[in-house]
Amino acid sequence: MNLLTIHWALIGIWGVLCLASFIVFVISKRSAKNMSELVQRTVSWWVMVAIFTVSFLVSNTVSIIVFALISFLALKEYFSMIPTRRADRRVLFWAYLSIPVQYFWVYDNYYGMFAVFIPVYMFLFLPFVSLLTQQTVGFLRAVGTLNWGLMLCVFSISNAAFLLILPATETNSTGGPGLLLFLLFLTQFNDVTQYTWGKLFGRHKIIPGVSPNKTWEGFVGGVATTFVLALLTAPLVTPFDMIHAAAAGLLIPVAGFVGDVTVSALKRDLGVKDTGSLIPGHGGILDRIDSLTYTAPLFFHFTRYFYY
Amino acid sequence: MLQKIFYIFVKIAVLFLLGLNVRRKELLPANGPAIIVANHNSHLDTMVLMALMPLSKLKDIKPVAAADYFFSSPLKAWLSEHVLGIIPVERGSKDRTNDPLEGCYEVLRQGKVLILFPEGSRGEPEQMTDLKKGVSFLAERFPDAPVVPVFTHGLGKALPKGSFLLVPFFCDIFVGEPVTWDGDRTHFMIELKERFNALSTEKTFAPWE
Repeated sequence: MNLLTIHWALIGIWGVLCLASFIVFVISKRSAKNMSELVQRTVSWWVMVAIFTVSFLVSNTVSIIVFALISFLALKEYFSMIPTRRADRRVLFWAYLSIPVQYFWVYDNYYGMFAVFIPVYMFLFLPFVSLLTQQTVGFLRAVGTLNWGLMLCVFSISNAAFLLILPATETNSTGGPGLLLFLLFLTQFNDVTQYTWGKLFGRHKIIPGVSPNKTWEGFVGGVATTFVLALLTAPLVTPFDMIHAAAAGLLIPVAGFVGDVTVSALKRDLGVKDTGSLIPGHGGILDRIDSLTYTAPLFFHFTRYFYY
Repeated sequence: MLQKIFYIFVKIAVLFLLGLNVRRKELLPANGPAIIVANHNSHLDTMVLMALMPLSKLKDIKPVAAADYFFSSPLKAWLSEHVLGIIPVERGSKDRTNDPLEGCYEVLRQGKVLILFPEGSRGEPEQMTDLKKGVSFLAERFPDAPVVPVFTHGLGKALPKGSFLLVPFFCDIFVGEPVTWDGDRTHFMIELKERFNALSTEKTFAPWE
């Protein structure tokens, strides 16, 4: 059996996961503190990486469906957590229906429609359905929150899926799947490294009003680690030259941080700690993909602008 | 058999369309006689509570529902009895010769689990009303049967009374410590009500008006 570059990349990710699990295992054995949440979190990583590996290996279509499901779960979590109006039940229903449509444009490689369907058509359509209820009290809040959630949970995340169908180029035999792997790995790895650096050396708070546990040390350490990793892995799975690899290596960790604190601000406003309880040890699905809501569209357009 | 097939589909639909956040599932009674009391917001309530149980136990779990609604036509009556396993109760009956709870006593006598909605009606979604005393008569007759309070939130948002459009929401199911009969009806009802109050304030729910 011939292993392609993409397979080696997946093997590498599993290697990192095994190494991280080993470290967690050693820490949890040695530490006197209760490490059950960290262990639970690691177990959840195994499940998530397994789901992605399988969908990657089966086909692009399956991976697109997995992303559509992620959008659905995230949007459901968002709608369950924010104040909504009973009158808007129909509007929420239409918002859910936009998910299969948006991911169909991805599957169909219909870039024009993919790019405008939610920001233009759904943006205009949802307030219209909402006004049909003839309840104007809370109208602004309702259409504002619905559209923001749809952009965050569906539009943003679908950008990650659109990477999948980008074709292979002369300098990048892995094509779209390689780029998606690059984005996902660095986004999630950056989350972990920012957290770890912050835990180890965190002193100076970076944005205490929104997220009191985030520190400058964690941020800088995470960005630096992710940057180095981007330079090392870019030649393998992306068509980037060194300059673009460096740019992506900064773009992903910085945007990831912004996405993370954006969802933190939302949670603070609503007075909740986690967005849900779907992923043991992590919280809700929005807690896990918060960084991705910023990195996916930015990285996709970065790649598209320079290479496609 | 029919019931099992039906609930396989219900379980899948509940998992995918709703998504449940269940706290203290281990407190749900595995064997009867026992009484599960829950707040009532939606037709989904019964199905979701049933879907929490293992398929093999379903035949021994009997939801209590209004005869005037669920047995109003022959088809409804057949489905209610054979698929949902419902025990009918006459609401507000003028006829005092028969005890309306007789069917419930029989279920408990057989050592099965009863699901009861003591609010008596779904009412306004996500608003709890007073509890009817019927449950205390069951507890009095079967003092060994634990009365397990279950508070649900979100099912009324997903499918409120009068609507046929199911809109997905994550739902919370909080199971409480069982209440046992202590000989005093008023005290029993107050304790049950307090149990529900404690469960419903465990989490701040998103406003929905």
